[in-house]
Formats: sequence, C-alpha cells, structure tokens
Amino acid sequence: MKAYVSVFRLRFINSLQYRAAALAGIVTQFAWGFMELLAFSAFYRVNPAAFPMTFQQTVNYIWLQQAFLAMFMMWYFDFEIFGAITSGSIAYEMVRPLNLYGRWFSQSAGTRMAKCLLRCPLVLAVALVIPGPLRMSLPPSAGQFALFVLSAALALGVVVSFSMLIYISAFFTLSPAGVRVITAAAVDFLAGGVVPLPFFPDKLRAVAELLPFASMQNMPLRIYSGNIAGTAALEGIALQAFWLAVLMVLGRLWMRRALKKVVVQGG
Amino acid sequence: MKLYIKYLAIHIKSQMQYKVSFYLMMAGYFVVSFSMLLGVYFMMSRFNTVDGFTFEEVLIGAAVTMAGFAIGEGVARAFDMFPVVISNGEFDRMLVRPRGLIFQVMAAKLELSRLGYIAQAAVVLCYAVPASGIVWTADKIITLILMIVCGGTVFCCLFLIYAALSFFTIEGLEFMNVFTDGGREFGRYPFSIYGKEVLKILTYVVPMALFQYYPLLYLIGRETGRFYMFLPLLSLLFVFPAYGLWRLGLRNYKSTGS
Amino acid sequence: MIQLDGICKTFRVARRKSGFSQAAKALVKRTHEEIHALDNISFSVNDGEMVGYIGPNGAGKSTTIKIMCGVLTPDSGACVIDGRTPWKDRIAHVQHIGVVFGQRSQLWWDVPVCDSFDLIRDIYRVDNAAYKRNLDELTELLNLSEILQTPTRTLSLGQRMRCEMAASLLHNPSMLFLDEPTIGLDAVSKIAVRQFIKRLNRERGTTVILTTHDMQDIEALTERILLIGKGRILLDGSLEQLKTRASAQKTLVIAYAGDAPALSRGMALAESREGRMVITLDPAVCPVSDAIARIAAQTEVTDVSVAGISAEEMVAALYQEYEI
Repeated sequence: MKAYVSVFRLRFINSLQYRAAALAGIVTQFAWGFMELLAFSAFYRVNPAAFPMTFQQTVNYIWLQQAFLAMFMMWYFDFEIFGAITSGSIAYEMVRPLNLYGRWFSQSAGTRMAKCLLRCPLVLAVALVIPGPLRMSLPPSAGQFALFVLSAALALGVVVSFSMLIYISAFFTLSPAGVRVITAAAVDFLAGGVVPLPFFPDKLRAVAELLPFASMQNMPLRIYSGNIAGTAALEGIALQAFWLAVLMVLGRLWMRRALKKVVVQGG
Repeated sequence: MKLYIKYLAIHIKSQMQYKVSFYLMMAGYFVVSFSMLLGVYFMMSRFNTVDGFTFEEVLIGAAVTMAGFAIGEGVARAFDMFPVVISNGEFDRMLVRPRGLIFQVMAAKLELSRLGYIAQAAVVLCYAVPASGIVWTADKIITLILMIVCGGTVFCCLFLIYAALSFFTIEGLEFMNVFTDGGREFGRYPFSIYGKEVLKILTYVVPMALFQYYPLLYLIGRETGRFYMFLPLLSLLFVFPAYGLWRLGLRNYKSTGS
Repeated sequence: MIQLDGICKTFRVARRKSGFSQAAKALVKRTHEEIHALDNISFSVNDGEMVGYIGPNGAGKSTTIKIMCGVLTPDSGACVIDGRTPWKDRIAHVQHIGVVFGQRSQLWWDVPVCDSFDLIRDIYRVDNAAYKRNLDELTELLNLSEILQTPTRTLSLGQRMRCEMAASLLHNPSMLFLDEPTIGLDAVSKIAVRQFIKRLNRERGTTVILTTHDMQDIEALTERILLIGKGRILLDGSLEQLKTRASAQKTLVIAYAGDAPALSRGMALAESREGRMVITLDPAVCPVSDAIARIAAQTEVTDVSVAGISAEEMVAALYQEYEI
C-alpha cells in the first residue's frame, strides 16, 4: 500500500511540472469525447428507437470514458516494467525480499491513478456544465454513485491484473511490442472502448458481458448513469470481483513460473 | 529520388533483422484498424444509414482515410517521433549533412509495418467498391485515387506541423493527436455527421473534408458537378502553412540550440 | 580559413524546482534564467592548423563548435569559414566539413558498416573513384578491414569510434571538428585515434579543431590551444607557451650510483629512493644546465630526465587562475 501511495505521489508531482502537457491532454480528451458524442447524435437522429441506452446515458458513458481513460484503457501500459524485463534489470528485483507481483501491481495502479487524477476532474467539470444536449448529468442517486465508486475500483483492479499477465508474458517472448499492440486492441474493443457494449449485436453482447473485459470499464460506466441498477448492478459487481480474483491467482501462478525460468536461465 | 530509394533499402535491411517483431507489429496494426471497422459495422447494422450514407458508402470514406493515414505515417513517421529525433542528437547530425532537412527527416524513419493499414484499406475497398452500387467510370476511379493521395499528403502535413511545433516546445503537443490519430478515427464516418461547425473547420482550417467528404458525395452521385472531383487537389494548399511553420520552427531551433 | 569576430550568444532557460509547493507555483508562473554562453568570441584559424579548444564544462565549447558547423545561429558577430557564413550557406558549407560528436553515432545501427559508408557517400555525392581511393586509405590507416562487414551494433566502442572517424572523412573535408573523440575509449584505441588524426593533418592538411577534457589528447595533437571560460577566450597560444606561463617549474628525475647529491638553491626534493631522486626545479633561480652540472659533480649520474609540468596540472592551474 505504501508503495502505491509513494509511486502515486511521485508521478503526480512530476506531472504538475508539465502544465502545458496536462492542459493539452485535457483539451485532447475533451475534443475526443465531443466528437464521439456528435457521431452518436447523428445516429440518434436516424433512429432513436434503436438506441439501447437513453441518449443521456450514452452521453454520461462517453464523458466518463474520456475522463478515466488512463485508468481503464489497456494501452496505458507501464513501460518501465517492460523495460525492466527486457533489459534484464529484473535481476536486481529478484535480490530484494519483496513480493514482485504486489510491487508491480501497486506501481501499475498508482501510475494509472496519477495520470488520471490530473485530468479527470477538469474534463468532468467542463462536461457537467456545457450547455446543450451533450451535457453530462449527475448520477440518479447517492446509492447509485456509491455502487459506481465500488465498481470503478474493482474495474481498475481487473485492468491492472490483466495487464500483469501481459507484463509476465514479456518474460517469454522476444518482442513484446507486437503482442502488446494486439492484445490491447482486442481487449479495449471487448471492453466497450471502441463501441459501448450495449451497441453490440445481441448475441455477441451476451458473450462479451461475461468476459473479464466487460468488467474493465463497461460495468462502472453503465452503473453511473443508471443503465445498470439495483440487483443487476450488484450482480455485475460480483462478476467483477470474481474476475479480479481469477486474474490475480492466474497472474501469481504464472509469475512464479516465469521467475523460476529467470533464475534457471540467468535472465 | 535515387537517394531516397537507397535510404529505403537500408531501412528494409535494418528491419528485416527483426522479422518476428516486424510481422507482429503489422498484425497489431491490423487488429487495431479491424476493431475500428468492426465498430462501424455494429453501428451501421443497427441503424442502417447515417446522414444518408449506407454502410458501403461509409466504408469507402473510412478506407480512404485509413489509406491516407497509412501513407502519412509510413512516410512521415520521423516527424511524428520528432521530439525523440531532436533529443538524441539525430537532428544535429542532419544539419551537418549537405541535403535538405525535410528530405533527411522523412528518410530517417520509414515505418513499413504501417503497411498493415494499407493492406486493410485495400481489402475494405475491394468489398465496398462493388457492393456500393456505384457505377465505376474512369472519372470516379480518378477521384478515388486523388482522395487517397491527397489524403496522404494532408496527413504528412499534419505530422510536419507536429514536428514544427516540437521545435518550440516538447510539452503540450498532445492535442495534435486530435488531428492525426483523431483524423484517422473520426474519419471512419463521413465528416458531415459531426455537424455543420465541425465540417466547416475540416474544410477551411484542416482540409480533411476536402479529400474524404466532398469527393465521396461525387462518387455516390449525390453531387454531380465535375469540380467535386478535383477538390482533393485543393487540400494540397495545406502544404503552405505546414511548411511555413516548419521554417519558423527551424529558425527558432537554430537560435536556441535544444 | 576560419574567422570568428565578436560572436555572442545568450540562452534563456526555464527553471524547474522540485517539491510539491514549487511545482504548484510553477503551474502559475515560469521563471527564466539567462545564460551568457558566448561573450565576444574572436579568433582565427589558418588552413592546416590543429587547435585544441579547452575549458570547463559549460564554458561554451560546444556552443562555439555548433556555430562553426552552422547548427546554431549567434545573436551577434560574424563568422566566416572559407568565404561562407555557416548558418547562412548551410548546405554549401557542410559539404566541406566533417564532424565527430563524441558520444552520438552517425552510423546506422543494424546494418554493416560498409552499407552505412555507401549511403554516406551518396548523401555527400562523392565521386565513385575518389570514394574508393579514400575508403581504401582510411581502411588502412584505421585498421578497419576486418570490421567493415559487421553491423554497427556489434562493434566495441573503440571499433565504432574508428568507424565514426572514417565516416566523417569519406567526403574528404578540408576541416574536421572533433567533439570529445576519445571519450570512453581504452588506451590502445586512444593512441590509434590520436596517431590517425596527426597523420591526417600532416598528409592531407586537414584543419582540425578538437574539444576535449583529455589532456593527453592535447599533448599528443595540438600545437595551439584556445582556453575558453565563462564564454570568453582567455588564452590563445601554443602548448609550450601555456605551460611556461602556467608554471615555469621543471621536474628533474635523476638516477644515480653512489652518494645522494645535495640540493642547492632553486631545487626542492619531491621524491627520494635508493638511487633515484625526483627534484622540482625553478629555472629562474637555477637554470637546468646548472642544476644538472651541480648534481653530476657530486655523484655518478646514470640517467636523467627533464620535464615541464604535465598538461593536466597546467590546465588545473589555469582554471584556478581564471576562477573558472
């Protein structure tokens, strides 16, 4: 936990130095969300009945997605970790009496949160006040909001634990770059990062909602706007917790094997 | 130019040393653009048309944008990575060589794995072109070619602008992504769906609509005026501000070091 | 012929501080600092000269080199090299100079050295016949025949530096700028590089401007030294002049058989062992010949050597004197 906080603090202070970068990031994400919503508006004009969520819910979904980009999108890997593996400095890590899985987990999570925290408040603040149909709304109830926070935390856990699998895979491949790009693209798609899951064709949606990727951003973003509420929300959260546990167990087991290989081969 | 081909040879030789990596990256970009197209498919199959365009017509626009981006990134990759080129001293080395700077930067990095996008654009066009119900006469084929070539040039210019801006500052450049990666992403739909204001910006400021939207109208027969065919050429005017900004940035670099 | 007149250059650098409160302040206001890198620099170098350009870090050496190469534009002053202004006639000027940046390579990483050379030939538009002659000569002088076919990434630092040297000379430039060329090299490679540069200057009359912190480079190569500190040229003279100026002291090493000689005025004992003495001598008080004569009169001298102070000591003394 301490590691998590110190990494977070370091990255946050670091990003404060680069105010222009932060500002540019906020403008970029805002523009992106705006354009996506304009596209959705065009589709809404064609056939409002075919919309699987209300327009307001879609608006909330997209704004939250942009605000929490660094937290939920798979392609925000922590490249330091990849660097440590490929350069072999992993050997130093082995000498320390710390739990490597835990450390990398906290580092990844801390980095994502830090990157996110600098931008998300401003993006959300603007999104909540812009006039017109693209304005974001507040959650329908305090209870719903609480569920959202819980779901978001679990989602971060699922994202990080899955990315741990990708980091560990770098022990076994010579060129992690290609693997990274492919997995990140596939995962983000199935997580609803390209098109929200409700817009998937029904059969595919049913399958996708069971996969761990749906627990990455789909769940919390929909809980916020009330698209998923009540018992459905609780079921969703339970599913998230399930996937989190599974991925963490898998990760730790695999890491043990990977580290053994490192010791045997000498990196 | 002969020299460019020699650079190309050295890049190919260099990248062939890492065959596995290369093919994996190509596969990676393929998956990225495939997921984008899949998204378009999901939306279009749910709504059938958007802004009056059918699925096949949308695909043509998307393929043109993808191909244009692939050309832009493949050729101008070094401009996209310009902050790195400056910081590791490569640019200083270029200043000490008796050749034009833009040429040297362009030749410095040729990202061949972006060919994945071109292959995909070709596949998409192979499906969309016959399925769209367009009568493909010679003038329509010429229009399509112009769209792609001018699209590639506009993307190159965007990367050039990015590089020029990085002469002035290394932070805060992220917003250019809205036009480069954004251009590719938002260009998956015809630019008119984003509303009148956005269309105006994309016509007069960053002329992406000139190679993706207006000629598309000509292709599908919504507009019949001949001059729509040649609108992509108008987008080439974008070269002037891009080059001007580069010269400005270069002067700034020469007077401040790094 | 290189001519610099009143070159001035000032940089504005943003200041960044650490810590949370400073970072938050920086969010609102940026503080800038002005660095006067070059202050009225003037000197000239004739064709075929070898000049060592020394000074502490941050003194302005790299800045001057960059201006001479045409990479940087000065705020004021004139620089004319072979009738051209470097930053104005970049392409024409650059055709005739070779540059070696000590730590950055100009060779392509994953391909054999000869492929890099071929491409450089094409960039500089070197005539094929002239290129072949040149390459053969450089290969012989720098001992490259075994490594020409190997990829750059597999070369050791010493091998790479020799290839870098060759690469910068493929187009037969009349002027060579070397920025820390022997940094990080082992002793053998250093000697090889130095000998090569000396030979180059002798046989082709290439003007050489060398910046370095390695004083042995200076001793081995340069007849003339420019000392720059805090943006100003402080000294311009030959190595000998500078050495004499910094300290006229001489070091006398004597090997003898028999009784240890007694020292007279102007001599001080630095080291003493059975049969060997190291004496520091002030020639103003007692000329070298006198000192040797006195000692020889007292004992049987089997070996004697006379040396001025080392270049390192000289430079350290100069830095101290000028407080740079």
